[in-house]
Order: sequence, then structure tokens, then C-alpha cells
Amino acid sequence: MPKQSSDSQELDIEFRNVTKRFENVVAVDDMSLSVERGAFFSFLGPSGCGKTTSLRLIAGFDQPSEGDVFISGKSVVGIPSHKRPVNMVFQQYALFPHMDVTDNIGYGLRQRNPKPGKQEIIKRVDETLEMVRLSGYGKRRVWELSGGQQQRVALARALINHPTCLLLDEPLAALDRKLRREMQIELQTLQRDVGITFILVTHDQEEALSMSDRICIMREGQIIQTGSPRELYDEPVDRYVADFVGRTNFFDGDVIDITASTATVKSMSGQIFVGSQPKGATALAKGSKACVAVRPEMIAIKAVNDASHSSNISINGQVMNRIFLGEHSEYLVATEGCGDVMVLSPRSTESMNRSFVPGDHVSISWGPEAALVIGNT
Amino acid sequence: MRIYAIAVFLFLYVPIGIIVLFSFNAGRHASELKGFSIQWYDKALSNPFVGDAFVTSLIVAFSVAILSSLMGTAAALALQRLKGTPKMLFDGLIYVSVMIPGIVIGIATLVALVTVFDFLNPLLASAWPEGSKPPKLHMGYASVIAAHTLFTMSLVIILVRARIAGMDRALIEASMDLYATPWRTFYQVTLPQIYPAILAGFLLSFTFSFDDFIISFFVAGANTTLPIYIFASIRRGITPEVNAIGTMVLVASLVLLLTAQFLLRKRTQR
Repeated sequence: MPKQSSDSQELDIEFRNVTKRFENVVAVDDMSLSVERGAFFSFLGPSGCGKTTSLRLIAGFDQPSEGDVFISGKSVVGIPSHKRPVNMVFQQYALFPHMDVTDNIGYGLRQRNPKPGKQEIIKRVDETLEMVRLSGYGKRRVWELSGGQQQRVALARALINHPTCLLLDEPLAALDRKLRREMQIELQTLQRDVGITFILVTHDQEEALSMSDRICIMREGQIIQTGSPRELYDEPVDRYVADFVGRTNFFDGDVIDITASTATVKSMSGQIFVGSQPKGATALAKGSKACVAVRPEMIAIKAVNDASHSSNISINGQVMNRIFLGEHSEYLVATEGCGDVMVLSPRSTESMNRSFVPGDHVSISWGPEAALVIGNT
Repeated sequence: MRIYAIAVFLFLYVPIGIIVLFSFNAGRHASELKGFSIQWYDKALSNPFVGDAFVTSLIVAFSVAILSSLMGTAAALALQRLKGTPKMLFDGLIYVSVMIPGIVIGIATLVALVTVFDFLNPLLASAWPEGSKPPKLHMGYASVIAAHTLFTMSLVIILVRARIAGMDRALIEASMDLYATPWRTFYQVTLPQIYPAILAGFLLSFTFSFDDFIISFFVAGANTTLPIYIFASIRRGITPEVNAIGTMVLVASLVLLLTAQFLLRKRTQR
């Protein structure tokens, strides 16, 4: 038995300096990470960033070229997928088309040695069908089911085996928007109920943000940042993360002053920005290139003649476009010298003030706490 | 253009239609129609030579179908793992072997086998103990079956490979992920996915071998298959009996081919 440390330190999955090469392509590059037991963990990144390869290294479909992969503290390098205590939900579900729902879900149990009895298998399949709210669908052929139902069969087929860890490869990509929203909530609830580790691979930042406890953002086979959704959103370590997670306005410039936690940036047009430096980011040097990131919902939009707080950064501009989105409005403001800026204005403040139309001259402003100064990569 | 097409179809199907029509002819001669009768079918079926030739053809066709579907499937599965130049080489060789005319296969197999037999028979005779009669290798069932299988195996390989290519690779990974060993994955997932192609290959091989005349003519030795029997009897003049046999072979072949086509079309839905 491997030594067990305190509860919060228990790890289900660990990568130590894992590299995976396919011929000349490096899919995963010297990656180290750990996933705590019971976490909902996501790999997030664009296609080709190595996130799916990482998942396949855990599942055992691929073996690392270098480094070590641990499941529950045991190295699994060289162990084939059918001997690993993890199960996967495939992107296109990969349900067996020549079997009905019951046989699909019971497949994993039937491969076990010793094989559980027939009654035991039937009982557990029924329980699992109930868990994914598909009671009574056992005799259906899998192609008769809707996308959402197939998705739940795929989940049931994996979860019935009580894996150490459930792997999900873009599980919601094939569903329509509304169903995707529902399944996000369902997956989250399911994860809390069964209490096992879920590892999700997705390119959809909204999906990752809404479901995960922790997210690992990848690019070109490397981890850029790992953190809670809130950490990634509020303190992205670089421009790539800030751009990938949520929407952001960027202002480029040179660092002209630095304190312990803040930085001052002067843009090409002479505009001075002050913002904080996120924790964990590479330290900026005076004179280096940097960018200031401001989330659109942190920017206030006012008529030009309104008085504003002096400590705020304030830029004048003209409304180019307004999109009414129900609970808020999205403005695109062309500023003088700072490019186009996106502003999200909630309904509540709009009703207090007034809404603007394209052509209106406005002033946009934000406090220094709303701005982040990050490396320009 | 339309007239041209009609002419082509007439040219193709009228002779076949005439064979079928005259097989039901009550008259004795192939030239005049004298009412409907199934007497020639009765005659053909009760002719012991036809019966023997039919059994010979069945044995050959059945062996060919079994051998080529087994070996063809195994080869298709193995070829699936090849990459690069060897893959292209084997793919090319397989397609070429389907395109080689039957007469070339027939002559080549005959020459090759005769050479091998001429080399082996004296060796066998000298190695055999005194007093007992040494076995003598000669043309027969084995040589026809081998020559047919050579050709039909490629058909099976092509069919099964197409099916494997259309199969979702994730199914195999899903099975491995759900604790199935590679062997169990093969017969629980891969085989059920590709069996329509294997079965279609089996039926096509059977039909090919059953209908083949050219290759059999060269390498069958003393064995008379049904097409060889028909060829031999035609030399004594076309009798309505031959028409009846031809019609039966035609119907059986069509049924098998349509079944194969149906199996290939059938999709396990996804």
C-alpha cells in the first residue's frame, strides 16, 4: 500500500516530467501536474495543444515517451488500458452499435475476472440507468437514442465500473447548445454525487469555467497556468490565458514604473495605465513590453460631460455598435488612441443612466483594481 | 445514345433470357419452342454425371470460400497495421492480383505446380520405404482450391479492409478501456463489426469458384467441375439439358451475389 498523507493531499493522477512524441511532433512537452482525489479537473486549450494526448496517456491508449504517470500513487507506465482503473467517455461516445443499452452499460462488468453473476450485473445496470435517468431504456438499440441519451449511456457505461477517475474527452461537443447547458449541470451534480475524480478535456472555455474545480490551460504541449476558474479569470499569468478565458480588452505599451504589486504602462499614444500584476506571473521589468488587460464588464460607460472619479482611468470615445443581450448591453467604443474597446453594461446601471446609440460620444473608465498588467506573449 | 444503351443491354441479356426460356422448352431441339415443360430439369438432376460434377464444384467452392474468408480476414487485419511503403506495396499487389486475367492465373498455377510436382515426386519416391507405394502429387482438388483461393482471397481482403476503414476506431479503444483484453475486444467488438464483409467475401468467393471455368480447366486434373462438364457436353451439341443446368447455376449465383450485396449495404447504424 502506498503511504497516504493528509486527505487534501491525496492525489489521483500525477504527471512527472511527461513528454509524448509522435514521430517528430512533440504533443506533450515535459509536463508535470497533479489532480487531487474527488476534483473536477479540466484540460483547456485549442485543438492540437496536447490536452487529448494527456487524457490518452492517463487512459493508457498512448504511453509516454519520457517521464512517469501515476494513478492513485502507482506508476502506470507500460500498463495497457484494459488494466487501468480509469474509464473514459469518448467524444462521439463510441457506444457499441451491435449491442442494446443494457449490454453496452454492462460491458465493463462482464470483462471482470471473476465475472459478477448475471443477477448482479442486471441489478447494477438498472441502478446505473436510474442514476443517469434512463430507466426503462435498457432494451433500446443505441442508435435509437437521441444525442443527449447516448451521452448518458456513455456516462453510465463508464461509471458502473466505479473507476478511480472518469475521463471525459470533449463529451458535450456533439450536443446542441441548450442540451449542452443541461448536461453541464448534470455532469457537475453527478460528479458531486459519485465523488470520484472527473478529468475533462475541452476547448470550450465556458464549459471548463462553469464545471471545473481546477483548470489547466495548455498550449503547444505545455501547461501555461493551472488554477481555479476564478484564479484564471481574475489573475491570468499571460496574455494567452487572459485571451482564452473570458473576453478581455488589451492595451499594449511599455512598462514605465513598477512597485511590488502594481505596474504602470504607457501606451504608444501616451495614455498612462496603472494595474496590478497577477500572482504567479513572470515578473515584469521596467522598460519591457507589456499589455494591460481589462475585462469588459469592469468598464463603466458614461456621457462625456459626466463627472468621474479622478483616480480612475478615463478615455473618450465614440459608440460604434451596441448589441442588446437582455441582461446587459455590449458596446463597441472607438477610443482616441487606444483602439476599439468592448464594454459590457448591465441593465441595472443602464436604467439608472441611459443607454447609448452608435455615434454617441462617451467616456469609458475603470479603476486601477480592474486592470491587470501582464507580459505581452 | 438511348438506342445504343438499349442495344448493349439487349446484347447482354437476350442470350441469357433465351437460355432460361429454352430450358423450359418441351421440344427436343434448341431451335423451336414447343410449349412449357420442366422435363429437362428432371433430366439434368437425375443425370449422375451432372450430380458428380455438381458435388465436385460444391466441395471446391466451399473449401475456397472458407479458406479465402479466413486467410483474407487475417490478412486484412494484419495489413491494417502496416504503414508507409510496405502498405502501399501490399495494397498494390492485392489490387493487381484481382485484375490478373483468369487464364494467366490458370497457366501460371499449372506451370508452377507441374514444376513443383516434377521436383518433389522423385524425392518422395526415393524417401519412401521399400515395398509400399509412394504417394504421388498430382492435379486435383488441392490444386483447384489453391488456385481459386489465390484470387478470391484478394477479394475478401479488399472487402474486409473497406469495412475496417469505415469502422470507428474509438470502439476498440472503448472496449480496451472497459477492461477487455485484446483478444476479447477482437471477438466482442471487431468481429461483430466486420462480419458482414467477411460473409459477403465468403459468398463472392463461393460464387466465383463455383462459376469459374478457365482456372479450373487448367488445374483441376481428373476432377470435373460443373462448368467443365457443361463445356464438355456443349461439344456434343447444345441440349435443353445444358440450358436447364445453366439456368440453375445462374439463379444460384444471382441469389448468392444479391445476398452479398445486401450484406455489404447493411449498415450497423451509427
